[in-house]
Amino acid sequence: MLLIHCPYCEDDRSELEFRWAGEAHIARPEAISEISDEEFAEYFFLRNNEKGLTYERWRHIHGCGRFFNAARDTVSDRFLMTYKAGLPKQPVPVADKMAATAEEKTVETWEATEGDAR
Amino acid sequence: MSASENSGGFRIKGAGRHTPARTARFTFDGKSYTALEGDTVASALLAHGVHLVGRSFKYHRPRGILTSGPEEPNALLDVSRDAARRQPNVRATVQEVFDGAKIASQNRWPSLTFDVGGFNDVLSPFFAAGFYYKTFMWPREAWHRLYEPIIRRAAGLGEAPKEVDPDHYASRFAHCDVLIAGAGVAGLTAALSAASTGANVFLVDEQPEVGGALHYDAATTIDGQNGYDWAQSAAARLKAMPNVTLLTRTTVFGYYNHGFIGLAERVTDHMARPGRDLPRERLWQVRTKKVVIATGSIERHMVFANNDRPGIMLASAARSFLNHHGVAVGRNVGVYTAHDSAYEAAFDLKRAGVSIAAIVDCRADPGAAVLEEARALGIDVLTGHSVTDTAGRLRIKSMTVVRNGGSDTRKIKVDALLMSAGWTPSVHLFSQSRGKLRFDDSNQRFLPDIYAQNCVSVGGCNGTDDIAELIEEASAAGGGSVSVTAANRFEWTGGMIGAAEGAGPDTAVKAFVDFQHDVTAKDIRLAVREGMHSIEHIKRFTTNGMASDQGKLSNMHGLAIAAEMLGRPIPQVGLTTFRAPYTPVTYGTLVAHSRDDLFDPARKTPMHALQAAAGAEFEDVGNWKRAWYFPKRGEDMHAAVNRECRTVREIGGVFDASTLGKIEVVGPDAAQFLNLLYTNAWDTLKPGKSRYGIMTREDGFIYDDGVVGRLAEDRFHVTTTTGGAPRVLHHMEDYLQTEFPHLKVWLTSTTEQWAVIAVQGPKAREIIAPLVEGLDISNEAFPHMSVSECSVMGVPARLFRMSFTGELGFEVNVPADYGPAVWTAIRDRAEALGACLYGTETMHVLRAEKGYIIVGQDTDGTVTPEDAGLSWAVSKKKTDFVGIRGLQRPDLVRGGRKQLVGLKTKDPRDVLEEGAQIVADPNQPKPMTMLGHVTSSYWSENCGRSIAMALVAGGKARMGETLYVPMADRTIAVEVSDMVFFDKEGGRING
Repeated sequence: MLLIHCPYCEDDRSELEFRWAGEAHIARPEAISEISDEEFAEYFFLRNNEKGLTYERWRHIHGCGRFFNAARDTVSDRFLMTYKAGLPKQPVPVADKMAATAEEKTVETWEATEGDAR
Repeated sequence: MSASENSGGFRIKGAGRHTPARTARFTFDGKSYTALEGDTVASALLAHGVHLVGRSFKYHRPRGILTSGPEEPNALLDVSRDAARRQPNVRATVQEVFDGAKIASQNRWPSLTFDVGGFNDVLSPFFAAGFYYKTFMWPREAWHRLYEPIIRRAAGLGEAPKEVDPDHYASRFAHCDVLIAGAGVAGLTAALSAASTGANVFLVDEQPEVGGALHYDAATTIDGQNGYDWAQSAAARLKAMPNVTLLTRTTVFGYYNHGFIGLAERVTDHMARPGRDLPRERLWQVRTKKVVIATGSIERHMVFANNDRPGIMLASAARSFLNHHGVAVGRNVGVYTAHDSAYEAAFDLKRAGVSIAAIVDCRADPGAAVLEEARALGIDVLTGHSVTDTAGRLRIKSMTVVRNGGSDTRKIKVDALLMSAGWTPSVHLFSQSRGKLRFDDSNQRFLPDIYAQNCVSVGGCNGTDDIAELIEEASAAGGGSVSVTAANRFEWTGGMIGAAEGAGPDTAVKAFVDFQHDVTAKDIRLAVREGMHSIEHIKRFTTNGMASDQGKLSNMHGLAIAAEMLGRPIPQVGLTTFRAPYTPVTYGTLVAHSRDDLFDPARKTPMHALQAAAGAEFEDVGNWKRAWYFPKRGEDMHAAVNRECRTVREIGGVFDASTLGKIEVVGPDAAQFLNLLYTNAWDTLKPGKSRYGIMTREDGFIYDDGVVGRLAEDRFHVTTTTGGAPRVLHHMEDYLQTEFPHLKVWLTSTTEQWAVIAVQGPKAREIIAPLVEGLDISNEAFPHMSVSECSVMGVPARLFRMSFTGELGFEVNVPADYGPAVWTAIRDRAEALGACLYGTETMHVLRAEKGYIIVGQDTDGTVTPEDAGLSWAVSKKKTDFVGIRGLQRPDLVRGGRKQLVGLKTKDPRDVLEEGAQIVADPNQPKPMTMLGHVTSSYWSENCGRSIAMALVAGGKARMGETLYVPMADRTIAVEVSDMVFFDKEGGRING
């Protein structure tokens, strides 16, 4: 069970207290009623679902209740950083990124274990 | 007879650590035995010369006790206290004997010594690896009806108890600085070191006492003491320290993310008469800053023909039975080894007076020191020899010994055979922590390499063989310092993995690799020949290492045999992944308190008990218990609901609406916020008025609905559906915090703060009027959709004039604690006037008679307000609300969408089934064109006919059309109608 740092409580808390809330930094268009179908699809339906470094929203739902942003590596399942909602996308410190990538190589993934059995 | 003779003829006087006078009686397969307190079931049975304890999984071969620890694959027994307290698949080497234990062997019929399933062994040429996959393929149908039931009956291990588990289980959270897994020499040293720094230390060991390998290793001295005694005194010192928690009989079963550790503590399984207040087991969920893994290593067996007969066991196990339990595993014992450690077992037994038939060592050059000692003790050692076969049906009688590569064959009589192929470091927890292993080629073992978490492996599990080095390593790992001096008698060398002499690729013998799943060396070679080249495939094809022991003995042998066949080095073939739990954990432990009423706690309204006393039947709505209907004597559900429906419309009814979600929306921008979250316009709603609101998601589909009352300019009382309350609040918080953070609004869940009593029907006003204070509730002063704060029976209240029945109605909100008192008063008034209590079923029928939708029943996440006939509730003037753009999407504005309509069956007595499909042409061949489905359907007593609501393609354009509902036995003709079946003019609501 992961520990997640809530940027509002300024504390590492157990994963049980949090809920995932989708990809981060997708702003609701200002004049939403005037955007095209394509723009709406881009805003509402399409997500990157990237492997590796992703920015996503989490909510400290069984704590302070606040939504915040997190940079997480989906391969190592490591939280690289968390920051308050409303802040622009934060660059992940290089050292952390390196560590995550190094760990990525040591961490068991489906591709690395069962995958090469194919 | 002396106590020690009583406790078994194989007890050795003066050996072992149990007190001869303290005995415990138990039965095994109905026969009574005496054990000593501290015995495991295995040691107690061996003390009586009982080796045969089970039948193997697939071939039903007689099996004995192979190990003395949790890695045991063979001796799985059924242990019970009474009928309900029965546990199958208990490892005899772990379970401590308690007085009165009833123990039975498994997987045999009719008896352990004569088992019909044993014919599988004779037929084994047909039962090679993959046999089931290949044989039971055709016909497909037969798999469920024939093959699977037979295979399951034949291949099962123990039988699960059918009674409810009467024991209780506990659960605890803990935090610490250092958690040490394993309390052998390394673990104890690390704990002493860590504790000396003042750190908060958890020291955890699965055995009843600390000591680890010192249980069997009687030759090691520490600080001038016998090793085992040193361990006990170290434990006593640690226990006395306030910063140390020492847990024995506790398994570290899982090492998860961020230092999260799962422990299973067995509290009462060893007790004869456990106190009723004690939990049977306790789950610990520990978050630790650092882990010291000191889990030691596990001895491997030798892989040779018929290496599975009862009486054949690991050398360290025999040593443990002798040195800890005082039991000799035989009177004339042979040893077959590739490692020096087995010699020490022979030395211990020899000194205890047991005859050693021979030490057969497959190596040409064993360690010089052990050879010399063997000579000094007069033990016959055959180096460069191998055991290539054994004999004895229910117990080993002899071993066949061959000079390696030669033909010099001889049979040696033995009644027990000890074996050792060397030691496998227990890297399970390290691997679970996501650490990466490396292969130590010189010692043919996997060792910790790259760490993924803040942990450190010390001692045997780290490949540290030298005891002085081990102590240094463990002391450093603890972070403090401790002075411990230890000495071994012998330095060990040797070890092998893979098949031994006489069990090579050119043979067809049964040399078992995995005892629990009956996997032989031949099976693994077959898997490779059949094209399995990945260890993951080989594992699944053969099931090697997939039994409940997870291959603690078999993995390395299996890997070596596969690598040899593939002609690839071991690290390239790879190791299968170790996963939690390390040993099986009972469901009881994992579930702990979360069972029965606490499994999924029921939510009850303040008036629950009053309704139960009134005879209510309840239904589950999410976690809520809601009164469903109130049957009177002799009434079935149908009769009760009909009566309630009639009474509400003719006189009145009282209904508990407390479960509706309630959110208090407060702040100067509250109206603007609701404007953005609901389709309706809220700035036009005056304080003192309420309005039905619809919430859509950004995609334009209905998400929730409810009545919203404006109590003041800056205060709204929002209601949601019963099931929708949490997600609606989450949805609102999401927008408020992240999209509209400039709005000054505060949201508070008040669902459980208010008890809500709905009073509906022509006499609703008359029922509540005398109880309402400080408010004129006449039709003129308080018309439909009014809301006001007032007091009811002296209790501060919020009164809504609203209706989900189409009748004159009020909803009385009072603080939850006052709910029962106010409910009682309203109920008494109502019943005196001839009104009744009604439940959710009547509520459903009455709302359907008026065509009011229920979100989630009549909508399914693909229904727009327009589809549901609610376009009037969507503001045309607003320039923004959540869903405004989604509603303009081409598919949402096209014609022919499924729309909510009413359905009347041609025969008014027919009640449609909810979910039934609707077609235009009942004679169309399958697959028929389905137009939609029935969403709500009831018998309406008030209409004297059935009524239904349905989502039908282009429904609003089909008014009066005849459609069909094909059922399994007949087709029902229906007429499309509007959704208002009762009081079409809607006058009653303003009564």
